[in-house]
Amino acid sequence: MIEVNKGTDPLLKRAFSLFRKTGDGLQILYRVRGKGTGILRNMKEGASLDMLGPLGNFYPLPSEDQTPLIIAGGIGIASVFSLIERLAGKAIVFYGARTQDDLLMLNEVREYAHDVIVSTDDGSAGRKGTAAETLRSFLPSYASSPTQFCIYACGPHPLLKALSQTTKEFRIRAYVSMEEHMACGIGACLGCVVKTHDGYKRVCKEGPVMTATEIVW
Amino acid sequence: MTADISVKIGNLELKNPVMTASGTFGYGEEYAEFLDLSRLGAVVVKGLSLMPKEGNPPPRIVETASGMLNAIGLQNIGIERFISEKLPFLRTYNTQIIVNFFGDSIEEYVAAAERLSAVDGIHGLEMNISCPNKQAGWCIFGTDPGVTSQVVGAVRKATRLPLIVKLSPNVTDIALMAKVAANAGADAVSVINTLTGMAIDIGTRKPKLANRTGGLSGPAIKPVALRMVYEVYKAVDVPIIGMGGIMNAEDALEFIIAGASAIAVGTANFIHPTVSVDIIDGITAFLAQEHIADINSLRGTAHAG
Repeated sequence: MIEVNKGTDPLLKRAFSLFRKTGDGLQILYRVRGKGTGILRNMKEGASLDMLGPLGNFYPLPSEDQTPLIIAGGIGIASVFSLIERLAGKAIVFYGARTQDDLLMLNEVREYAHDVIVSTDDGSAGRKGTAAETLRSFLPSYASSPTQFCIYACGPHPLLKALSQTTKEFRIRAYVSMEEHMACGIGACLGCVVKTHDGYKRVCKEGPVMTATEIVW
Repeated sequence: MTADISVKIGNLELKNPVMTASGTFGYGEEYAEFLDLSRLGAVVVKGLSLMPKEGNPPPRIVETASGMLNAIGLQNIGIERFISEKLPFLRTYNTQIIVNFFGDSIEEYVAAAERLSAVDGIHGLEMNISCPNKQAGWCIFGTDPGVTSQVVGAVRKATRLPLIVKLSPNVTDIALMAKVAANAGADAVSVINTLTGMAIDIGTRKPKLANRTGGLSGPAIKPVALRMVYEVYKAVDVPIIGMGGIMNAEDALEFIIAGASAIAVGTANFIHPTVSVDIIDGITAFLAQEHIADINSLRGTAHAG
């Protein structure tokens, strides 16, 4: 949770994924979308920010014999990047965005991934379609057993929903990083819940990473 | 010399006037890694009902100008699980534990109050009367003086614990509602609960909250809350717990000067988990600076002259 200003508008801290660790700190990758990210963009180099974190859980790592498939939609790459990095050359990444210009950090992703399959909604780079659609066309020819792959995904809700249908069909375990409006980030406000088959769960505390099968899509 | 900042809410003695507002502090444990709960005047836990409540579908919160709307829907684990799973932890701290509770009928309020009064370690009860009354066709308990009087009176008979009634600001005359609560046996009133509000997404042309409306909190409501504390102070003799958009010690002092005996920190907890302790320290520093020996001499001074 990052405090973007000291005033009262915007009031709440903003939740961000930790993009990657550097030698002396950490990096956040964000898209300018509203007031909070607008303030961040206008900050001068060397300015300071208060943050609370890290909070919540992380993607459970795959077993030795599993091939990790990572699905990123747009700015969702910020959440999965450190996983791709950690899996050092093992992950096959399905990276989708609206247009070619929205494929942020593509070179860096290529550097750490085993393979990157790019798609865009308008076809300006890679295949035309979403990352979930690309994965859907990939699986029938490659999936021999449900436990051969482990899937990790972050992106817009419709993408995760479509993905969860595919992984259910192929009976592959999938971990999705969920997003909801968040106030406190520490489990107190109960604002950021998602509906699961086991009742509402807090994205900030029980998540953000949950299994695709537990979510009521 | 350090000023005396202890205050009394009926028979309840608080080491300082800073409490946490129900619904913004979880069951206390969520904040225990950020601050020493023993420093607080009181911890007011999230509203409880006899049976667990699932709450509303998301989106449950929306940020607004200097505030936020919430429609959590009173999600809670229920009184029994609170008693067995949360209360033992809270009791390890040296602070007053106040349990906020609600029901959807007078019988439920009474049963909840009886159950909570039968366990050790709960020092006070705060009644949320801003919820729908199923028996009376979903009107809100706290907006009808007759119903308020009935439900507070019934709960009063069911408990000997200090009873605080949390008033809804969504009424024409909050001073009248405070009088009604006091006459029905309330030992104190909390002023105010959230203001009902709405935000709309112009793209989808729908309310942003799944519940459509929600409770507005945060600095945006502070002037309204302060005015209401001021009016209630003139109307009743029972102590007032002031709340609504308190972000720092200066805000807290404004409420005390308007007439509050104690204050509660709400939305600010979400932004700065340690803010309630900062407010206690800020109040102490102000009293020293102003050479005020006892915080009780500051209360209601806005009404003088």
